[in-house]
Amino acid sequence: MPDPMRIRAQATGDRTTVRVLMSHEMESGQRKDAAGKTIAAWFIQEVGVTLNGKPVLRTLWGPSISKNPFLQFVVKGAKPGDRIGVSWVDNRGERRSDEATVT
Amino acid sequence: MHTRRELMTCTVRLAGMLAALGLLPGLAHAQAAHYPNAAFDAKSLADAVKALGSAAPVESKDVSISGADIAENGAVVPVGLATTLPNVKSMLLLVEKNPAALSAIFEVNDAIEASFTTRLKMAQSSNVYAVAITADQKAWFAVKEIKVTLGGCG
Repeated sequence: MPDPMRIRAQATGDRTTVRVLMSHEMESGQRKDAAGKTIAAWFIQEVGVTLNGKPVLRTLWGPSISKNPFLQFVVKGAKPGDRIGVSWVDNRGERRSDEATVT
Repeated sequence: MHTRRELMTCTVRLAGMLAALGLLPGLAHAQAAHYPNAAFDAKSLADAVKALGSAAPVESKDVSISGADIAENGAVVPVGLATTLPNVKSMLLLVEKNPAALSAIFEVNDAIEASFTTRLKMAQSSNVYAVAITADQKAWFAVKEIKVTLGGCG
């Protein structure tokens, strides 16, 4: 099981800023190991965000997102106490879901 | 009154319907569904936007891209993109001189502001594009040159 994400959701009025830090290698598929063989790409392909269980954002990523990816976005109309869920799937089919409460 | 058999077929049918709607994650495909491989393999802004079925991108001052002018480490380059255009359906982030140009697609809806920040890997100094695609498949972009002191792909 991959390491948990760190999610922070802070409401200021009607806007809730959500910051997510994921734990993932994000191997680009461009690097070579000591023997000169290319290291296979391994990266998060899809990130989904839900607000109280309802999908609000879907992002698709290529391998050029940095290692341990960071994502910041703004959700409209969320209130303190609402639940923000974030889940990702990588190109090996591994997945991880975490949740945070809006403060 | 329902027989056991009726209940079973009912459950199976419901599970099938849920899976079709993508509501049962366990039954969904291991790989991300509808991952646009062609767009992520594209080598340029024009090719990536074309692969996603949009018109040729036009520069717009309603799309903005933010980031440092010089990034010391190409492995971690913070970049922000935003737009004030109405009816935006999705936003793209591209790096011109990376092995594959397209970095990310953000699908925007009413509950989300069209404004995102993330961190990119950059192979070398290059133009970085933010693209907003509206509901009528028109593409608008903003560009910023970011210089990289140490490449992030090696």
